[in-house]
Amino acid sequence: MMSRSASAATTSAARGTPIPRSARDRSERVVKSVLLSFSLLSIVTTFSIVAVLGLEAWGFFTGFPDKPGIGILPFFTGTEWSPLLGGEQKFGVLPLVCGTLLVTVIAGAFALPIGLVTAIYLSEYAPPRLRVVLKSALEVLAGVPTVVYGFFALAVITPALQRVSDAFGTYNALSAGLAVGIMILPIVCSLSEDALRAVPQSLRDGSSALGGTKFDTSVKVVLPAALSGIMASFLLALTRAIGETMIVALAAGGLAQMTMNPASQVQTMTGFIVAIFTGDAQANSVEYASSYAVAATLFIMTLALTLAGTAILKRFREEYE
Amino acid sequence: MTDAPHVPVARRLLANRMFLATCVACTGLAVCVLAVLIVSIMMDGVHRLSPDFIANFASRKPDQAGIRAPLVGSIWVCTICALTALPVGVGTAIYLEEFAKRSRLTEFIRINISNLSGVPSIVYGIIGLTAFSRFFGWRAGSEPIELGNPESLLYLRLPFGSSVLAGGLTLALVVLPIVIVASQEAIRAVPSSLRQGALALGSTRWQMVWRLTLPSSLPMVMTGAILAMSRAIGEAAPILVLGAPLMVLETPANLMSEFTVLPMQIFNWAGRAKASFQEIAAAAIIVQLAVLMSFNALAILVRQRLQQPLQ
Repeated sequence: MMSRSASAATTSAARGTPIPRSARDRSERVVKSVLLSFSLLSIVTTFSIVAVLGLEAWGFFTGFPDKPGIGILPFFTGTEWSPLLGGEQKFGVLPLVCGTLLVTVIAGAFALPIGLVTAIYLSEYAPPRLRVVLKSALEVLAGVPTVVYGFFALAVITPALQRVSDAFGTYNALSAGLAVGIMILPIVCSLSEDALRAVPQSLRDGSSALGGTKFDTSVKVVLPAALSGIMASFLLALTRAIGETMIVALAAGGLAQMTMNPASQVQTMTGFIVAIFTGDAQANSVEYASSYAVAATLFIMTLALTLAGTAILKRFREEYE
Repeated sequence: MTDAPHVPVARRLLANRMFLATCVACTGLAVCVLAVLIVSIMMDGVHRLSPDFIANFASRKPDQAGIRAPLVGSIWVCTICALTALPVGVGTAIYLEEFAKRSRLTEFIRINISNLSGVPSIVYGIIGLTAFSRFFGWRAGSEPIELGNPESLLYLRLPFGSSVLAGGLTLALVVLPIVIVASQEAIRAVPSSLRQGALALGSTRWQMVWRLTLPSSLPMVMTGAILAMSRAIGEAAPILVLGAPLMVLETPANLMSEFTVLPMQIFNWAGRAKASFQEIAAAAIIVQLAVLMSFNALAILVRQRLQQPLQ
């Protein structure tokens, strides 16, 4: 009935004859509610994420009373993570968080400065033709699947590090961190460049007219004006680094430990989830359940960073009219 | 700037030159990384590429192993992902840009979408596993309900298990925020004078969208869609959580078939110590990158072909 009136509305409209208002309104309402239900799907997705992770994490915290040392407090403050050792299972998430942070810090230390300076070069210095070429090269880098960077870490970066120092094993945090850095470099670069280019030309002209060099203009005028966008791009890139999975699963190793030594192997939160889902843990076992608590922790960390990025953009955006 | 110290002009010019040198060095480093990445993969893998490598199934022996199952699996998963994520994503964008009034609900949907785009893909994998593979624990422990003949194309099994349908739907969740944001930008780029013209002639909102906004924003929507699909085809983490088998020796026959995808196969091979597996991993990467390049080329072509100037 509804669909018939909808098709009738379009055919008669094509002939230019008037359509009864009620039929038009009805089909309009149908379309609108279908589109609204599509947009509500995104909310359903969020609620399922929160509900599934929340309930399963709760199940992990409370569902194993016969095992000592499991609970919310020991989980978030414990410094030992050994879920697969049959006799002495320890569930303190801090070593995994530490591994994630170590990889993220290495990635950020590599990608944020280089990405920002490249963005300044592209936006302020590069001749237009070179800019087009470089931007498409960055687009290529941005489209490379992360598992490829994981392979690159194992096949190129790690052997190169081992040539420099014997301290590096087959799996180490530095190699994984650098690969993650290469992965987030195009994100930093292209988003920071967008922010820099959004600064109006009149500001640059003003600085030049006062005798500023190109360096003065870029660093003392354009950069501060674009700072909110640049910070947002940094946060987005770090969010991606924290959630990155395939690179760390291949190159970072599988030993959860509290260390800030880039030459040692570390396990990240995502790395542990991969280990559980590719290993032979039973679906009702405690180590399987613990992966949901780890995923919930990961979700909270990335959500906090995303919200911070949105807040920075909203709060500190400079409006130029 | 009254308290700014006086800096001699020569020093400022020197700073200018040194900064330019730093810029060039950083940009050069970024380009070098890309070059090393491509060259090293080519050197490792190109001699393993052959018609047999594309046509063969996986094998314990690296010399006989091929990527037939993951390649076909990737095509299946990507198709399912496109058929679900694109209508829902573009529909959401149309609703938000053309229909929604400013209200708490729409504001919430907007913020929610930006948050969803920051969720790590492995978390989507866990949600896909719970929602699509297990239907939130519905009928856990009992046999799945079967609809139709397992041999036929229309066979369905509830819950979906680690089937190609569950994989495609999970990837649709991953790329949905990307599709929505890209389509929103495309729709926003249509000048509002066109909309006002259509409305002034008495068309309804939907007539305006269907005849005017969508056709004029189509090139940008398509470009965003293709880039979202190239993201989907490169994702391994969610598929890994769903439990794709290590060795798949047949291509999917219907939506319930077990499957693997190209990035998963690369992950399996890259993680092995033997050098010959590293080489076939590199060869599979070359195929993967070739598929991605053709996606990008398609996006550029669509942009150029369909783009008409609007005023």
